[in-house]
Amino acid sequence: MESLWPRVEALLSQVTKPARYIGGELGAQMPEHGPGSVAWLLVYPDTYEIGLPNQGLQILYEILNERGDAVAERAYAPWVDMEAAMRAAGLPLFSLESHLPARAFDVLAFNLSAELVYTNVLNLIDLSEVPLHGADRTADDPIVVAGGHCAFNPEPLADFVDCFVLGDGEEAIGEINEVLAASKAAPAAGPAGGTDRAADIRQARLRALARLPGVYVPGCYAADYGPGPAPARAAPGRAQQRLVATTPRYAEVPARVEKRTIADLGRWPYPKQQLVPLIEVVHDRLNVELFRGCTRGCRFCQAGMVTRPVRERPGDQVRTMVGDGLARTGYDEVALTSLSSADYSGIEETVTSIIEDPSCSGQVSVSLPSLRVDAFTVGTAAQIQRVRRTGLTFAPEAGTWRMRQVINKLIREEDLYAAVDAAFSQGWKRVKLYFLIGLPTETDEDTLGIVELAKQCVAIGRRYHKGVTVTASVGGFVPKVQTPFQWFGQNTIEELTRKIHLLRDAARPVRGLTVRWHDPKATAAEGIVSRGDRRMGGVIEQVWRRGGTFQEWTEHFDLRLWTEALADHGMSLEDAVYRHRSEDEALPWDHLSAGLHRDFLWQDWLDALAEHGLADCRWTPCYDCGACTGFGIEHVVASAVPPAGGSQGTGQDLSSGGRVPVRFLTTAPSGAVPAHGPDRRGEVGVGGGKG
Amino acid sequence: MWERALRRAGLPLAYTEGFSPRPQLSFGLALPTGCESLAEYLDVVLDRHRPETAGIEVEALPGRLSDLLPAGIEVEAAAPIERRAGSLQQEVTSCSWSMDIAGISRDELEAQVRTLLAAPVVPIVRERKGREEHDDLRPSVLALAVEGHRVPAGRNTMAEGRRPIGVVAELATRPRGVRPIELVRGLVAASGGPAGDGSLGDAHGRGTAAGTPVLDRARRTQQWIEREGIREEPLRRRGEPTGTHRAAHALERAS
Repeated sequence: MESLWPRVEALLSQVTKPARYIGGELGAQMPEHGPGSVAWLLVYPDTYEIGLPNQGLQILYEILNERGDAVAERAYAPWVDMEAAMRAAGLPLFSLESHLPARAFDVLAFNLSAELVYTNVLNLIDLSEVPLHGADRTADDPIVVAGGHCAFNPEPLADFVDCFVLGDGEEAIGEINEVLAASKAAPAAGPAGGTDRAADIRQARLRALARLPGVYVPGCYAADYGPGPAPARAAPGRAQQRLVATTPRYAEVPARVEKRTIADLGRWPYPKQQLVPLIEVVHDRLNVELFRGCTRGCRFCQAGMVTRPVRERPGDQVRTMVGDGLARTGYDEVALTSLSSADYSGIEETVTSIIEDPSCSGQVSVSLPSLRVDAFTVGTAAQIQRVRRTGLTFAPEAGTWRMRQVINKLIREEDLYAAVDAAFSQGWKRVKLYFLIGLPTETDEDTLGIVELAKQCVAIGRRYHKGVTVTASVGGFVPKVQTPFQWFGQNTIEELTRKIHLLRDAARPVRGLTVRWHDPKATAAEGIVSRGDRRMGGVIEQVWRRGGTFQEWTEHFDLRLWTEALADHGMSLEDAVYRHRSEDEALPWDHLSAGLHRDFLWQDWLDALAEHGLADCRWTPCYDCGACTGFGIEHVVASAVPPAGGSQGTGQDLSSGGRVPVRFLTTAPSGAVPAHGPDRRGEVGVGGGKG
Repeated sequence: MWERALRRAGLPLAYTEGFSPRPQLSFGLALPTGCESLAEYLDVVLDRHRPETAGIEVEALPGRLSDLLPAGIEVEAAAPIERRAGSLQQEVTSCSWSMDIAGISRDELEAQVRTLLAAPVVPIVRERKGREEHDDLRPSVLALAVEGHRVPAGRNTMAEGRRPIGVVAELATRPRGVRPIELVRGLVAASGGPAGDGSLGDAHGRGTAAGTPVLDRARRTQQWIEREGIREEPLRRRGEPTGTHRAAHALERAS
């Protein structure tokens, strides 16, 4: 197929930010398509500015283009003005590198980072001139694949996406490619005859994919529904069907799909050539991933739960990636990314070595996006940001110690105040605090505790500067799948709104304190899709057909589209979002696993209700969540020395034991070190605590 | 983009003081979105305390930087200069443009050009900081002519065999710059059309009414600094004699 560039160029004078559609970034590749290669179009279903920095997409982009049997190009959601111009001109979705139409590719691969982008996914499939429903596609249509955290409850998209990848994509993508390459070279034989043959080839392809570990093909599973108990608040007389089970249709696909986990991050030093945009994007700096997984066990956090166990990148590799990356890109800021960067073992020496690297000539700023609430870490932050000071952000998440025990974010007030004190005393004037409202067992005392905490932070700041500002940024809590809170019924819009008013009124008289909040209606919409089953597909489709794209954007979000669609499908916010799930209820994601035992999650849910906190399991005994033992992998750490400050960085001794056996992996060339192993070479004492 | 390319080139850049140090770059006149240019300028301040600064090979800079910049952006020339009294932006007095106008016949366009040049006043309405302003375009049009039968380069998206017609113009940048699209609206206004916006037409360049000029493409070809009746470009192009403006001590100094 030919490049659509001339037709694309003709539209550019009519749209905002035309540079979104031209490609040409540093790091962009110009792969050569050919019959021996499987062609992937990697699509981030949001605007260019949001999608370009996405590390997951960039990692897969490089891995595929390094293979001899694959090529990969990128696309992002055209903004509404460009989309209108494209549809008027009969132009389909195109890739940025060669400006080829989407149908020139064998695979359309979507990154699912947030539920409210789902309507964009449908829109992009449609814009690609591919049949919206998987059931209507043939072997001549591209296969539609999706991955990302939302893939852990993929059921709402089951009608539209052919195959999901759960967990780390690095290895799975290669295996998928091999299946597709083989299928392209020698399509499976089937009964003779036109369209039947094409459908058979496609079926054979999908079934072959379904046999790959970590790959979920919804078409190979059947969802059965049966009568369930009428929910307390359902419309009278309407029997509500409940999901009974999602089971395999064929013998060769697993009853439960387990996520993929790469054991050694050191073997995947990607991205090697981070994309540098021509225009401004979010996170516009060099990003280097420190580790995957998280051991804090915060109960509300899906990312932390589904990415276990921890796998750290070796320190030397981090330093090399930073040095090479800065020289190649010309960025003057590098972000060391992970779910909790200050937890990286050896963080101080890594940061110091980056700052003191002579080739950076003292002009490089290092940022740690997720800061631990700890005065010690703030000292490090002061050092690294001596070149450039942005605001400091902490995430206490809840307003009282009791509430924080429930969610297992074990930060005491004293720790927060000490960190904030250190920040202000070292010259910061702005601090941002993240909170959630609508958490399980929350009372108004907990909600108002947010203002109390923030108020105290302002007072601390005033000792150092007159004009300090503290911003409390408050989001409504959406229970996420594969977490202990997955059974919790979300707060209603009215309840969240009431709490926001409480906060606003309490905060108003406090000078220097600003409260910002996320729209409770958007929170409700996110909840609709978050725990839905396959029947939610009809709702999403209707929202899309009525113009509901870019629902993550406040100017386009419209709750009415969602509630009308729900009602038209015999559903309600009550049932989909606000209802508590019961222990024996079949969940739409029961047939998918992030490695966490359901018993562990349920027990952790009970522990939460009992306000019982659990310490970080990286350095203290294991709670048998299932992630490590299930995969035969342990937490992999870069250094045997845990970060100072003890468990959770609070200096508290929450554990009963302090000696952790450590041995060096002989098989990993990267020199990564697993913690917690059978004690073969003798013990090494690490951390504090009783011996 | 410029900062990153300059850093990739390893140049000893001077940084601003204060809270958020940035390389000291001074850009010339902004180029309106959608326009091309053969004449863009940028002042870069180097750090005199760094030993590498004195030894910079200025002639080699254009080649080095072009390699590090995205496709389609080429550095043509570089020269050391004295620190300017004002900014580069303030020194420039006018720009030359080459434009492709569509949606109108050659005869009609020539008539409209004559009308504009003869008019004492050419009123247009522009939006500035959210408010509407009524301006007179005429004093800013220093030169305007329909080109001879030049076939415009590049793609031809015109339907119905109506190819764009080349127009050259010199537009003043003081007191306020005039953009090519505003000039086209001025042509419409001078010939009795509305003074407001809306002359972009549709994707195929068809005007909103018969014979309405529509801007298809615009390219800045030169920037001029006029002093005492003599026009000069801010920098001579590659291959031309460098002249006597290059003083021995002229590498820009950081304060």
